[in-house]
Amino acid sequence: MKSKIQRGVSLYSFQEEMFLGQMSVEDVVAFSAGIGARAIEILPEQNMPTFPNVSDAQIAQWQEMLARHGAQFSAYDMFLDTKVRKDRLMTDEEQVASIHRDLRLCHRLGIRNMRVLIFVRPDILEKCVPLAEELDVHMGVEVHAPWYLDHAWIQRTIEVADRLRTKHLGILPDMGIFMKHYPPVMRARYERQGARPEVTQFIVDSHEQKIMCEYTIYEVAVKLQGNKAEVAMAESLRHNPYANPKRIGDFAPYFRHIQAKFYEMTEDCRDPSLDYEAVIPELVKAGWEGTLSSEYEGNRWIQDVQPVDSREQVRRQHVMFQRLIERAEAALQPAPQQTAA
Amino acid sequence: MFDKYIIDPASVTNTGPADAPTGFSFTTKLGYYRGLGLSMVEDLKVSVDGQPLPREAIRFDEGPGPLTLDQMETAFERRWAFGAPATLHVALAGGFPQGEHRLALQQRLRISYMPFPSFNNDEKLIRFD
Repeated sequence: MKSKIQRGVSLYSFQEEMFLGQMSVEDVVAFSAGIGARAIEILPEQNMPTFPNVSDAQIAQWQEMLARHGAQFSAYDMFLDTKVRKDRLMTDEEQVASIHRDLRLCHRLGIRNMRVLIFVRPDILEKCVPLAEELDVHMGVEVHAPWYLDHAWIQRTIEVADRLRTKHLGILPDMGIFMKHYPPVMRARYERQGARPEVTQFIVDSHEQKIMCEYTIYEVAVKLQGNKAEVAMAESLRHNPYANPKRIGDFAPYFRHIQAKFYEMTEDCRDPSLDYEAVIPELVKAGWEGTLSSEYEGNRWIQDVQPVDSREQVRRQHVMFQRLIERAEAALQPAPQQTAA
Repeated sequence: MFDKYIIDPASVTNTGPADAPTGFSFTTKLGYYRGLGLSMVEDLKVSVDGQPLPREAIRFDEGPGPLTLDQMETAFERRWAFGAPATLHVALAGGFPQGEHRLALQQRLRISYMPFPSFNNDEKLIRFD
């Protein structure tokens, strides 16, 4: 069975090089298209310096640039500044207006998937469904660690989508929820900050055994009298859950785009932490159609000791995607027909 | 995520008359993976050799013109773009001290989806003659 999974990248992946002025967005698009990742996820608040004022001429320039490289947009990452004012939160009406602004820009860019920040209230999104339907934009609430697919907060969005029978509200999983092993790059940085190897080993072992994080935090903070870096590492467990990949099929109707988070790829193109080995077969089995969009977030864990090479990291992830998708497709081939003797 | 890059150490320069500087300026980038409205930049703390300089001594300019930190709180139409340098003007009689001194900056940001403020810290050793 040939899967309908597309490969793409989020411009977020190249934040180090773009922040430092070492790569332009066009450099990123050219590189991504070159590795077959032609679906580009954009963060207008990162990649469009004049946001929220974006002219038709600017949009035409983006489209021409993408076309030059054989690429297209896949998703639009929105933000919602509920705390824009110091003295009060945005009113509900202001929140809806801000999301409407993003839906309209998303539509003008020709994008049909909008990543919605996870903290946006389901009842606010409900008010945005009519415009999302009119513009044919899917609002996907980002399921980001420490939340997970079955989390009660996520169920609220699913309930709204079901009740409204809408195809324009759902979720958008971030693969950070499938952390099977503690990331080596995170451990290494805590050690450079003064965490003792025997303590970091204890934390890694606890994570490996899936011990509920509060036990580990107490052990490290109180019983082991952990130093600042050790306690910080133990507390990081709160944000690094391992959700069950087998639930993906149940949620697949609610998402059309995936933020393929990763912190590090090894030289042999494996993810030492996130469980893509289990996730991708589930996506293929579910017949899921959408984009696996690279979201490299390793820069912040290594930039203190080595130059960041987001291109090489993203390239390796796509080698892994191709390998795992092909393997999952092969595993679903119907067994050869037995011929009667 | 970008703490170590937020002060440009090569940008430090004195302001005011050359023989009697009234302050110094340097460029800084927003330590965040997207741009942000100025009203959400809650505070910019500058210190030299660990000595904090008063909030009132600081002016911020991402391009259109300098603002006090209090003015930034209601500058709803202005944004600090991702990766874009802005200039901090700091009033300090005599300018930046001669010789080697530590310049530190803390950015405190009000990020709506985070339960607490976000802090970015950088410190650079500046050789100034």
